[in-house]
Amino acid sequence: MWQYEKKLQYPVNIKNPNPKLAKFIITQLGGADGELAAALRYINQRYAMPYSEVKGILTDIGTEELAHVEIISTIIYQLTRNLSIDEIMKSGFDTYFVDHTTGIYPVGASGVPFTAAYFQCKGDVITDLHEDMAAEQKARTTYDNILRMADDPDVRDPIRFLRQREIVHYQRFGEALRITQDNLNSKNFYACNPAFDANCGKRK
Amino acid sequence: MNERQMLLNKIQKYDFAIKELNLYLDTHPDCRRALTLFNKYNGLLKSAEEEFSRRFGPINPTQTNDSQHWSWIDDPWPWERW
Repeated sequence: MWQYEKKLQYPVNIKNPNPKLAKFIITQLGGADGELAAALRYINQRYAMPYSEVKGILTDIGTEELAHVEIISTIIYQLTRNLSIDEIMKSGFDTYFVDHTTGIYPVGASGVPFTAAYFQCKGDVITDLHEDMAAEQKARTTYDNILRMADDPDVRDPIRFLRQREIVHYQRFGEALRITQDNLNSKNFYACNPAFDANCGKRK
Repeated sequence: MNERQMLLNKIQKYDFAIKELNLYLDTHPDCRRALTLFNKYNGLLKSAEEEFSRRFGPINPTQTNDSQHWSWIDDPWPWERW
């Protein structure tokens, strides 16, 4: 089960609303490489994992991603407070506003709604962990691009924290992959799928 | 920064250390140094959260002990500016 904690993983306190920034930062909520896709990817993939370390890391990183969904949503919420219609029209936020007002809805930067098609659960440990490592790098690149465009220090500070987490997660997934390969035949990691084939791997 | 925010920041620092050690321990479950550090920060977190819930309200519903008013719903919620 999951239990809500009434606190953010990292503080967000944005003094100046800025719908222009919200319009592209929202991609880390509802975009292809965003936090929601990350959370659902790991939380779904964990059931196919035969090794305790990998079950643990997918559960715990998936849980942390839910906290990142909340941080991004908070950034969007605070960037879109007390807006005038004039600000909305001038910032390009009008296309979002007409559908969602200032409610938080998961879309990418170009307005495409979130879809589960952004992630896979292949039921194969090596395949899924490679997707996870790629996902962390894609999210890191997205944060790099956000940092190229966002000039407000109140926004940059939590974005830099989230960027750093992608790098740590990538490291941990790399270790999970190594642990997986240590459990398999070093002459051919792909000889069988330990998530499906009985008696696959070195250990019982 | 008010006292509530200072204590919450302290809790968030402990949370960070604990989350980082948790992920590290998932892939290094026999690292005694990480286990010691996890236990240390977990103790610091518990006492900081106990102080926070006593002075400023619950962080999770199990920290309530209400008889008149359900304090869990009281503002501010985490996404609101302080």
